[in-house]
Amino acid sequence: MENNHIIDLKAISKEYDGTKVLDNISFYVRKNEFVTLLGPSGCGKTTTLRIIGGFEQPTEGRVIFEGEDITNLPPYKRQINTVFQKYALFPHMNVFENIAFGLHIKKLPKEEIKKRVKEMLKLVNLEGFEERSIQSLSGGQQQRVAIARALVNEPKVLLLDEPLGALDLKLRKEMQTELKNMQKRLGITFIYVTHDQEEALTMSDTIVVMDKGVIQQIGTPVDIYNEPKNSFVAKFIGESNIIDGIMREDYIVEFAGQVFNCIDKGFDKNEEIEVVIRPEDIVITEPEEGQLTGTITSVTFKGVHYEMISHDGHFDWKIHSTVAKPVGTEVGMRVSPENIHVMKKAMKR
Amino acid sequence: MVRNILKKLYIFLMILFLYAPIIVLIVYSFNDSRSRGTWKGFTLKWYAELFTNSEILSALYYTIAIAVLASIISTIVGTFAAIGIYGMHGYGKKVILNLNYLPVLNPDIVTAVSLMTLFKSLRLEFGFITLLLSHITFCIPYVILSVLPKLRQMNKHLPEAAMDLGATPFYALRKVVIPEIKPGIINGALIAFTLSIDDFVISFFNKGVGVTNLSITIYSMARRGINPVINALSALMFVSLLILLIIINKKDQKNFNPKKRGESI
Amino acid sequence: MKMKILSYPYILWLVIFIVAPLFLVLLYAMTIYDGGSLKFTLGNMKRFLDPNYLDVLWISIKLALQTTVITLLLGYPIGMIIARERPSKRNTMILLFVIPMWMNFLLRTYAWLTLLGKNGIINSIVTLLGFEPLNLLYNDGAVLLGMVYNFLPFMVLPIYSVLAKIDKSLIEAAEDLGANRFQIFTKVILPLSVPGIITGITMVFMPAVSTFVISRLLGGGQYMLIGNLIEQQFLWVGDWHFGSAISIIMMIFILIAMAITSKFDVQKEGSSGLW
Repeated sequence: MENNHIIDLKAISKEYDGTKVLDNISFYVRKNEFVTLLGPSGCGKTTTLRIIGGFEQPTEGRVIFEGEDITNLPPYKRQINTVFQKYALFPHMNVFENIAFGLHIKKLPKEEIKKRVKEMLKLVNLEGFEERSIQSLSGGQQQRVAIARALVNEPKVLLLDEPLGALDLKLRKEMQTELKNMQKRLGITFIYVTHDQEEALTMSDTIVVMDKGVIQQIGTPVDIYNEPKNSFVAKFIGESNIIDGIMREDYIVEFAGQVFNCIDKGFDKNEEIEVVIRPEDIVITEPEEGQLTGTITSVTFKGVHYEMISHDGHFDWKIHSTVAKPVGTEVGMRVSPENIHVMKKAMKR
Repeated sequence: MVRNILKKLYIFLMILFLYAPIIVLIVYSFNDSRSRGTWKGFTLKWYAELFTNSEILSALYYTIAIAVLASIISTIVGTFAAIGIYGMHGYGKKVILNLNYLPVLNPDIVTAVSLMTLFKSLRLEFGFITLLLSHITFCIPYVILSVLPKLRQMNKHLPEAAMDLGATPFYALRKVVIPEIKPGIINGALIAFTLSIDDFVISFFNKGVGVTNLSITIYSMARRGINPVINALSALMFVSLLILLIIINKKDQKNFNPKKRGESI
Repeated sequence: MKMKILSYPYILWLVIFIVAPLFLVLLYAMTIYDGGSLKFTLGNMKRFLDPNYLDVLWISIKLALQTTVITLLLGYPIGMIIARERPSKRNTMILLFVIPMWMNFLLRTYAWLTLLGKNGIINSIVTLLGFEPLNLLYNDGAVLLGMVYNFLPFMVLPIYSVLAKIDKSLIEAAEDLGANRFQIFTKVILPLSVPGIITGITMVFMPAVSTFVISRLLGGGQYMLIGNLIEQQFLWVGDWHFGSAISIIMMIFILIAMAITSKFDVQKEGSSGLW
């Protein structure tokens, strides 16, 4: 193993009472990488995380940590710590006791524990909170304590299970930046679970998109946004127009009754495919200048841009633009070749 | 207005109904006559006699000894059982929970005679041991039923969080789970203790020669006329329980608010 | 993780002290000791069909039903009045209904002898007013009173706790939609409190049907309920086979009664959408 891999999942499957929740999951995590497991609820992302943490054993497959098989190692022997969904702080202990919990078990000297807890509280901006009870903290503060409690043990990998799920939008944005900075500064590997695609796109180095216990795509945020491998990924990441089409030959695709240039190749001649076009990639023009023409049927203001629906007789195109056209206007639509994403047709499951 | 007065009157009458016998008992514990119904003047002699009457003292001793032992043992066994049941899934869990309900749902007298047949079949001599075993048996289900909800309320990731931080399962149990469900355990122990102290039916069928509890003594006295010493004893017990309750209530009110808020978060 | 293991001691206990004894009772009920060996028989069960015994069963059920109805009628208003009080006052009031249970119930029942007796307190008042003393003890009425007295808190508590949990905004919503006091009660409060009523009914009916103490103390030595019959067979006659048969019959009867009540609960809840 040529190695900057810190964790390798090898063909992990998990069954509960005969139902398969994970099917042949394999991926690796590099040292100091921020990896996000992204998918809708029930896709198996949390189960994957729990297998890495040691809270569940896979039915099949192996978990490799720095080249060693840790599949059957109990959680308390792993150099991995977790920030739980809803934090799982110990309600009968105060902030200090919560953070010191792991250090006490390691039987560190009292002074050392005090010092390290203090450092951690400083790191998460909660200086002087030692004696506070957990119940007296706000959601965001509890979140910080949970992070401090895990990080004080100097884990090699930190697992985070939807850690920002319970926070309001503004606080969430703040914490996203803070977490990302913390990860860069401390140089710890983060494995992060979320169902929020925006969160995944902003924070991650690598995203693993999962659905129904199967990995759909692994890639950088840019890859995944720009080149979704199938319609599930395209729909889940960002908004998109997905339309059936036919690949006439390399670089030539036909959809919506028109032929377009594109940058995809390697499909069979006349293969049935699906085409993804992001709403912000459609440019509105005068009707005669458009590759396609349609009528605007709805306009909604979304804060930064307008979302418009343009009907071309068969298909409703979703368009994002900073300039609104009134409902009923005839418009032309243009898409440049690099913004046309051709995908293999999804297998019927 | 009239409505309110009627409501108050109704509640007052119901409370009077419930307390009348208790008041009568306490008043008659100061009555200078052996027979109930006739008032012969104030006395404290029954309270004095309380400390010399060997029949009642022995019954009191067994009642308390059994209650203490039964509540301790059933609390320990029941708490562990509850934690175990909490960790189970599926069919086995259902079966055990239903069996656990049996002594709660079955009429006392059926539990009593079934235990009696068991002890007879095992050729156990009826006495302290049979009494203790039967008390533990009917106490454990109540402990479990009082601990289980606390476990369900607990954030299910707490023991995992502890192990994640390096705690062995036993350490997590001791330092995280037990403190977290402590109110349920204490509540269960209190229920067990009061059930045991108050039990008559099951004890009546499983007592032994020379080993009886207060309930049985009262029952056997009821026909030949109750010795007012018993009135004195129960007046004392009632008043001390009442004082205990007031103390607990006062203490609770002090700790109540922050605790409660924590739970609602 | 492997928390299951912690319950194994109790599972063992369950088998020995709860499951096995019930099977033993069943075994006793289905057998008879005949010339040194046990023989299978249904005779013990058949024996219960004697009109005398059926009469005892009937009286027990009748008394238990009367007790249940009376405690429900008395207890529901109590639960409702308390549930409407301020929370701080509520706890104290409900405590007042719990505290009496802390005094030994035999003693409390016994105290009624002092109240109801020929020379008892009630009769003293009656004679003072110039009437003939009443015969208050050792009859159905006395036993019924004893049962209502003992079991009333068991009806009040579950009804109160369900009523106290009802969301106040539901009542306000009903008012907002134009319901009057009576309609609010019949269409909102009552249907929502059904689970509490069901719990109350089981908690009162079951011990009432199987009691033998209250009937013995307040009904006198000759008073027979099914509980007394079992006690008699086990402790005085020594016919454990017949005693076991009666216990099994009573158990089955109670299980059926409980199944019916819980059915009723489910049906009510299911149909509550139609109200």
